[in-house]
Amino acid sequence: MNQQVPVITVRNLVKKFGSFVANDHLNFDVYQGEIFGFLGANGAGKTTAMKILCGLSSPTSGEAKVAGFDIYKETEKVKRNIGYMSQKFSLYEDLTVAENIRFFSGVYGISPSDRKEKQQKLLKDLGLESAKDSLIGSLPLGWKQKLAFSVAIFHDPKIVFLDEPTGGVDPITRRKFWDLIYEASDRGITVFVTTHYMDEAEYCNRVSIMNAGRIEALDTPENLKKQYSAKNMDEVFLKIARNTE
Amino acid sequence: MKQFIGFLKKEFLHIFRDPRTMMIIFLLPIVQLLLFGKVINTDIQNSRIAILYQSHDNTTREITSKLVSSGYFVLGEELMPGDDVEDVFRKGKVKMVVTFGPEFEKSLERDGKAEVQLLADASDPNTARILTNYASGIINDYVKKEKLQNLQLPNQINTEVRMLYNEGLKSVYMFVPGIMAMILMLISAMMTSISISKEKELGTMEVLLASPLKPIQIVLGKVTPYLLLSFINALTIILIGVFIFGVPIKGSFVFLMAESFLFIMMALSLGILISTIAPNQMVAMFISVLALMLPTILLSGFMFPIENMPLPLRIISHAMPPRWFIVIIKNIMLKGTGILFVWKETLILMFMTFVFIALSIKNFKIRLE
Amino acid sequence: MEVQKGELFGLIGPDGAGKTTLMRILMTLLIQDKGMATMNGFDVIKDYKKIRNMVGYMPGRFSLYQDLTVEENLNFFATVFKTTVSENYDLIRDIYIQIEPFKKRLAGKLSGGMKQKLALSCALIHKPEILILDEPTTGVDAVSRKEFWEMLKNLQQKGITILVSTPYMDEAMLCNRVALMQKGKVLDIDTPRNLVDGYTRKLYAIRSNDMHRLILDLRSYEKTDSAYAFGQYLHVTGKDDEVEATEFENFLMRKNHQNLEVFDIQPTIEDVFMELLGIEE
Repeated sequence: MNQQVPVITVRNLVKKFGSFVANDHLNFDVYQGEIFGFLGANGAGKTTAMKILCGLSSPTSGEAKVAGFDIYKETEKVKRNIGYMSQKFSLYEDLTVAENIRFFSGVYGISPSDRKEKQQKLLKDLGLESAKDSLIGSLPLGWKQKLAFSVAIFHDPKIVFLDEPTGGVDPITRRKFWDLIYEASDRGITVFVTTHYMDEAEYCNRVSIMNAGRIEALDTPENLKKQYSAKNMDEVFLKIARNTE
Repeated sequence: MKQFIGFLKKEFLHIFRDPRTMMIIFLLPIVQLLLFGKVINTDIQNSRIAILYQSHDNTTREITSKLVSSGYFVLGEELMPGDDVEDVFRKGKVKMVVTFGPEFEKSLERDGKAEVQLLADASDPNTARILTNYASGIINDYVKKEKLQNLQLPNQINTEVRMLYNEGLKSVYMFVPGIMAMILMLISAMMTSISISKEKELGTMEVLLASPLKPIQIVLGKVTPYLLLSFINALTIILIGVFIFGVPIKGSFVFLMAESFLFIMMALSLGILISTIAPNQMVAMFISVLALMLPTILLSGFMFPIENMPLPLRIISHAMPPRWFIVIIKNIMLKGTGILFVWKETLILMFMTFVFIALSIKNFKIRLE
Repeated sequence: MEVQKGELFGLIGPDGAGKTTLMRILMTLLIQDKGMATMNGFDVIKDYKKIRNMVGYMPGRFSLYQDLTVEENLNFFATVFKTTVSENYDLIRDIYIQIEPFKKRLAGKLSGGMKQKLALSCALIHKPEILILDEPTTGVDAVSRKEFWEMLKNLQQKGITILVSTPYMDEAMLCNRVALMQKGKVLDIDTPRNLVDGYTRKLYAIRSNDMHRLILDLRSYEKTDSAYAFGQYLHVTGKDDEVEATEFENFLMRKNHQNLEVFDIQPTIEDVFMELLGIEE
């Protein structure tokens, strides 16, 4: 992880919906190759902030740069340099694995020859060579999630946003998924991830915890536990949420 | 009973909270009726025609003035033999060209026969049909009255049947029953099917099924509000028809409402049937529109006369409930007939209702799929 | 399997384990292909009407009317079960009191945690003897989850039998007994305590500065059986129970791991589940 190179910078970011303040003066940096955990209770404003950083929504005020591009003016460039995966939408269930890869390659302008090469490597790494022509809908959830993640970083984005990527899978599959996250991070891809599993928060390099639109805490899991004199992240989370209620 | 009233209350809340539903129920009937009645008026008025004289004589002049004075036609152009008829049509100057054969009067008096050709612009087939009907009617009429001879004229179509109960040839008389059938079908069948499948889609049906509510209570609770609303709509449409468009109700008003009630029941049971098949709102909507609305509009004889359809469509039209309903209301409203004349159609509707209910009961699941 | 009266019983397993299907069969919403099931002695096929009267059910998805207010939803479900809100207010008071300030709000406009409380209130409105909750805490944040389990404990004390499913392993510890499920099969049924005690293998917690490299290195070590991340530590088992902590330590020292920690650790229910999964496969 390179502490010197910020790939996301957020300064005084505010997003209001009418009188409701969804994001209240957010300030943070995320560095290259970092695994950044973005935690918070339901309705704390995580999704809103994530949408802004992905260029899907404009903030009310404040500044933010993603992959070096301004999120107001250069949303197209932002979108080219990020990958996105959520539990709800990942891949087209009625297309095959290869067709999904071809489609998303097309979206990001990857040339067919590059695609073939990368596709082969991807399927080999995941051990899914035999499933190349299977419909996504017919695959087990764990495979789908791995594929969805691999497709999300297929175009080598600078940052990949993961919105609760591991919901609903068994503990082993969940951990295998994190292996992929670590690998991506080793390759220099920044991983921005939300989760409700508090043990997963421990796997992150740094964690931010949101509450009522504000970032209440941001540090390494280690420091957060010291700061809140807690045994684990679960306790940290509960303490922060209780304090601010 | 308390359970049922609670259910009804919930249904009405759903309806009143959803602006789209409210619009469909209360605005749509009025808008449609006004639209069909006023804007899309297929009445023929001042249609421009051209006359091509291959012979100029008294009879042709008189027929021309009859046509023009009828109010339906305006003389746009007079053509001479050799003029390009097609060109006149292409330029869109006229809707019909009337051509009188050579030596018209003479051959009429000598042989009892004369040639008139009615050429109509059939790119709008409905209008073309009406224009030729009217024109041949007027010509026949003239010949019968003035010449009192048995003459053979082309296109001698007996237009009297069409005009008998609608002397003014007002199309709104045709539209009111048609729109009534359509709206009742829309609200009763489509809205009920959507509202039931909505519960399936949102997962609330799972909770209802897991409760002590009986299926019959769920179905009746869903249907009753729409029964009431449809009935109000039927009344609104009739009132607008009578007071704004001057459509008569020659028969019994009570009988008319009773038949409407029967039709609503039929549509509701059809709606329930659709909802037992459709897993979500979108499918319910699709089936309703494709299987109900389009055939209602196209095949019930409301827009296009059934007798002009090709045989297969004519056969299919028998399965369209609105077809029978339109016959019934036309009879009651325009002719003033009673049950004696429409018992057959009434029985058909009853039979359809019965079939739909039976199928729905068979299909309704007390469990999930 | 059997669930005792007044028990808080958990069905634990990932998506596709068959939790929802089992609950729907018990709820009389689906018919099993084979075998039999009874609720309070009533057969789920023959006596479905009786069962529907005495069981409270909260499906996996939020299944209330989004276009009705909190109060209207509650009243509707009360009348459906032939009762009134005031009649059974005692039972739901603790839960409902938290959402009462919003009773005029449309259910669709509530936050996740509040929706859940409303759904639970509606499932309880007819004083059910048995409560079936299908993944009530999925997608809910840690705080709301904790609150929800406290509510369940309270209900249990009022004598209601509760069958609850969850994909979160840590919630298993809060149940009296649990069934661990995977791919339509029950792997084991016991109290969480016994399940954990039944785990006989030696388990080590290991950490260092570079966790990812640590996992890779450990997996490449011939004496490692499994190495998985558990929060800030890795949980590691050896090929057999003879493998000592010092062996791991020495191996990792050679690989230049800094700030190395290796020690024995008590297993969690998640370790047990993963062990069972491993045997299955």
